[in-house]
Parts: sequence; C-alpha cells; structure tokens
Amino acid sequence: MNPLKWVTSRLVILVPYAWLLIFFLVPFFIVFKISLSTTAIQMPPYDPVFDGTGTWEKIKQLSFDNYVWLTEDPLYYRAYISSVIIAAVSTVLTLLVAYPVAYGMARAPSSIRPTLLMLVILPFWTSFLIRVYAWIGILKPEGLLSQLLISLGLISEPLQILNTNTAIFIGIVYSYLPFMVLPIYSALEKMDYSLVEAAEDLGCTPTGAFWKVTFPLSLPGVIAGCFLVFIPAVGEFVIPDLLGGSATLMIGKTLWNEFFSNRDWPVSSAVAVVLLLILVIPIVFFQNAQAKAEEAGR
Amino acid sequence: MKSLGNIRRSFAPWNDPSAKPYIAFENITKAFGSFIAVNDLTLHVFQREFFALLGASGCGKSTLLRMLAGFEQPTSGRILLDGQEMSGIPPYRRPVNMMFQSYALFPHMTVEKNIAFGLKQDGMAKSEIEDRVAQMLKLVKLEQFGKRKPHQLSGGQRQRVALARSIAKRPKVLLLDEPLGALDKKLREETQFELMDLQQELGLTFMVVTHDQEEAMTMADRIAIMDRGQVKQVATPAEVYEAPNSRFVADFIGSVTLFEGKVEKAEGNRIEIAGTDGFPIRAESAVAVTPGATVHYAIRPEKIRLTKARPADPSVNAAEGEIWDIAYLGDMTVFHVRLASGKVIKISQMNATREAEEPFGWDEQAWVSFPANAGIVLTS
Repeated sequence: MNPLKWVTSRLVILVPYAWLLIFFLVPFFIVFKISLSTTAIQMPPYDPVFDGTGTWEKIKQLSFDNYVWLTEDPLYYRAYISSVIIAAVSTVLTLLVAYPVAYGMARAPSSIRPTLLMLVILPFWTSFLIRVYAWIGILKPEGLLSQLLISLGLISEPLQILNTNTAIFIGIVYSYLPFMVLPIYSALEKMDYSLVEAAEDLGCTPTGAFWKVTFPLSLPGVIAGCFLVFIPAVGEFVIPDLLGGSATLMIGKTLWNEFFSNRDWPVSSAVAVVLLLILVIPIVFFQNAQAKAEEAGR
Repeated sequence: MKSLGNIRRSFAPWNDPSAKPYIAFENITKAFGSFIAVNDLTLHVFQREFFALLGASGCGKSTLLRMLAGFEQPTSGRILLDGQEMSGIPPYRRPVNMMFQSYALFPHMTVEKNIAFGLKQDGMAKSEIEDRVAQMLKLVKLEQFGKRKPHQLSGGQRQRVALARSIAKRPKVLLLDEPLGALDKKLREETQFELMDLQQELGLTFMVVTHDQEEAMTMADRIAIMDRGQVKQVATPAEVYEAPNSRFVADFIGSVTLFEGKVEKAEGNRIEIAGTDGFPIRAESAVAVTPGATVHYAIRPEKIRLTKARPADPSVNAAEGEIWDIAYLGDMTVFHVRLASGKVIKISQMNATREAEEPFGWDEQAWVSFPANAGIVLTS
C-alpha cells in the first residue's frame, strides 16, 4: 500500500473517532469533573473552577462526596429503579403494539409499503414536545378520550389517566413506536416468505410457524427496537414531566430538578454520570446482539 | 406407433386402463383476479411416477404444484390425492412435502435441525428423529455437515439439505419446484441422476416443475407440457419428442423445422403434401387427413441428411439449398440451409468421425433429404 493511501485510509477512521472524542468524551469529562466539585454561590455555581491557576491545589479539592450522597438519599436510587421499571414496562408495551404493525407492513403489497413507512415516520415532522402536549388534551379528565367514551356510554365518570404512570406509558409507547416498528419491519421485510410456507409444509400450524420461524428470524429487529426504546426511555424527562403526576419518580425529572430548581450542578452531574453507567450495560449488550445478528445474517 | 414408451424401465401405469391415478387434478381452474393461471386442467399422475410439469414461466406449472401443496386454493375443480379430496385441507395436514426453489432452509437452524423440523412437528420420538436425520444425511452424503448452518454450505450442499428435509417425512408425494435451477450446469447434470436414483430407491412419487426441457427429459417418466394454464400434451419424453401432438409442442421441445402445405393425395396413412416451399413432401400420417386440408410437417434436425448431390432414391423428399450458417458444437455440427423459397432448415450432424466425409463450407449448394417417415404430420 502506498503511503498516501495508508494515510487516507487512516483518516477515514480518524474523523469519526475525533468527532466522538470532541463531542462526547470531552463533555463527559467536563460533567464528570463537575460531579466531583462542590456547589458554590457564584458563576458557574460550583467550586473549584479550573482557570490555569493553582491547578494541583484544585485537583486535591475534588471528591466523590456527591456520589456518596446519592447512595445516602433514597430519592435517587428510587428514581433510578422507578425509571428502569417504567422504561422496561413501556418497552414491552411498545413491542406489543409495534410487532403487529411491523408485521402488517412487511406483509403488505410492496406497492404500498413506502406509503406505510412514510406514515410511521410522519409524526417526526411535528415537534416531539407539541405531540406530547397534545396528549394532555386527549387524556385529561374533560379531554377527548373521556368525552368519547362517555358519549359512547362505555364509562360514566371521566377517566383519571393524566398525571398517572398510565399516561407515561401511553406517552412513551406513542413517542417511541417508530423506533420499534422500523427495525422489526426491516427484519421481517428481509425474511423470505417461503420459509413460513416451508414450515407449514413440514407440518407446522400458522401459529407454530410464526413462533418457530418468523419470530426467531425477526429477533435481531426486536432486540434493536427494544434497546432503541429502552435506553432513551430510562432518561426520559419531557413525558413524565408533562403527563406524569407528582408521585411519578423518574431520574430524568430528578436530574432536571437538581439542575434547574436546586441549582446543584455537582449533584445533578453525579446523577447524570451514574445514569450513563446504568445505560452503558444495556448498550454493551445491544452492541453484542447487533454483532451476533450481523454474523447470523451473512 | 411402435414402442415409443418408457426407455428407462418397464413402468407404464398410464397405459393400464385399470390403474388408478394417485394424484388427480380434475377440471382445475385458478384465477388471480382477472388473470387465469390454470384453466380447466385435468391431469392424472400415478404412484411412483417421476412426473414433470414443463413450460415457460407464467404457464401455471408452479401454481399447479402450489395447489397440491395447499398454498393456493383452486378457484374451481378438485384435487384428489390417493383417493382423498384435498380441498379445505391446510398445507400442514397434507401428506406432501415440497422442495422450494429457494430451498427455504431455516437460516437460524443447523442442517440437522432443518431436517428434523418436520419430524418434530409429527411428534416423533427423539431417538427415532436422530436415527432418521442420520439416515437422511447419509442419503444426501452430508454426514459431516450436520452441525453447520445453511450459510456455511455451498449451493449444491444446500440443495441436498433441502432435499433431505423434504423427504425426511416420507411424504406420499414430493413436490420439487425448479429443484436444480440454482445449480451450475455440471452440478445440475450430476444431480439429475442422483434425484432419479433417489426416487427409485425410496419409491416415492415425484412431481417436478421445471422450465428446462433437458432436465425434464432426463428425469421424468412422463412430461406434461403446459402453456397458458393448459396442458398441451402428457407423454413420455420419447413421445413428446418423436410424436408431438401439435406445432406448439413440436416447437417447444427441442429444435424443429416446420413445413406448411396442402394435402394433395391421401392413401391410407401415406400422404403427399404440396409444400409451400417449392417441393412436394411424401409423409406418413398417424392421423387421418383429407386432401385439401392444410397440414404441417415437422422434422427434427438430426433426421435430415445433408449431401452434395441429390440422393439416388426417388422416394425420399429432397430439396436444394444454400448453406447459410454453420455452428460447430464439438459433438455435432448444426447447419442452417436456405431454400430458394427463403425457408431456413435446421440440420444437425453427429461428428462421429474426427474428419467429416463430406465437408461443407459456407455458401455452398447442398441437398437436404429425408424419408417419408422421418417427420410427423401435424394438423393443429
């Protein structure tokens, strides 16, 4: 290989890594450093601030006290556990809604598939915030859903959905549905339908063929979809803030409160770092699953 | 007609009026919207027969196979298998198995699991399944590959796994949809013979769909030639080649030259045709024709002689022409001879010796000749 080619081939890899380094790793270290600081009534509201003077002295001031604090106040680990549970339940619910949608799309005539795909992506054309706001109008006691059900005679009292975990589940399922539908659809669409026919030909009922052939082959899509929903849902802030009640504990909301209401940057930074560590584990699993899927898909 | 029967073995239940068909398609019509894929088709296949459905793509042959497998429902008509009416029986309860054109091997399962799949559905005992899988792997010579996944196999190996999987359940009928279509020519030829041996060994009824006439001729006991949802002729390979029943079949199978003409004289089966190509044709007709009728005389390239001079025997049909094209294929040479009428005649000569006795060159004058019984008179 000639030297120029070698340099350009390295450069191609270097650019994205440099991007990640600058825009991910460096901010992470800044946040990490803030989490080791103490609050102070100044701008920025923490101490010490590295400005090139007395650096060594300042490094000695850093401590893990904020992390110790997170373990001492039950609010934080409750918020973490509650977030993970809400995210996990929402992920399962999203899967249950998304799978039939993706299946229907993949089995639809190929001429209308692009339209169906567009319809799935269409909500992204409106602001996420506005769409979540719109759900308040639907879910509130005097909202559209209650009115509709009352007028149909299905219920007599208005529904108390808004400000409950149910509203959060609805919000997350609605908002993250495309992230689940698309990977499952792409897995199902690639699948050769004659595999299902072969399974039936060999004595499988249609239900049996689904569980023995279709579902296992769509599993990489299911796994990808679950992670794409679970990971952002854990740290979700807007949906619990707008649709959830005061009793709803989610780490994203806690973080926001620490940062903006309490103006405690160091503690909220510690919360963020721990959240990241919690999410790194499923991300690593996700990466592994992806690599395996690629291996199997060859 | 002399014995243009089955040259492979003495097996001809279709000539036995008392034999009961094993598979019966009766007045089957299948429409997809306004498109008629299969049109009022009746076809009988006998037990242990190796039966081929041959036709161009879109002729309805695959649809017919899929109706027998249960993937498509006939619009009208009925299918009987071993005397049992098949309509309403879903694919998973039919005693037939199919080998798919794409093989449809389950990519997430090993070769063994693929073969065992159908057996497990039947609730066969585990030890019995293991024995059967081992037996199948041996049959298709893949003993070493049981633990591999389909994507770790070559095309030919995958084809054999698909075959093993489809015969593992010992179906009453094995359906093969273009079974050799994805293999290269040499492997295809080898596999044709393997399939024939396997069919003999297992005593199963095979029904194969193919567009490759050589494949159908090699393997099948009988061939059904299909066109636009209908069967044009059902006969042994030798019959469809030597005694086609129509111009379509004559033209579809192998190479042929068709002469058109009016019947001039008819005495018993010996007739004389006033050909439109400038020379009279004496022929033997298997079907009764009346003078004045327009008929076609079909003749295969290898049954025509090419000579420099007119043959001495005045009873043979002969015409003079110019050598228009020569294609040397090694085992034989194909000549295109152009008559004065503009008609181009295809002639093939075996290259039985390394040097031709009478070598021909381009643009030379030559005589084509053939005896009366070399070709066949077609009225449709």
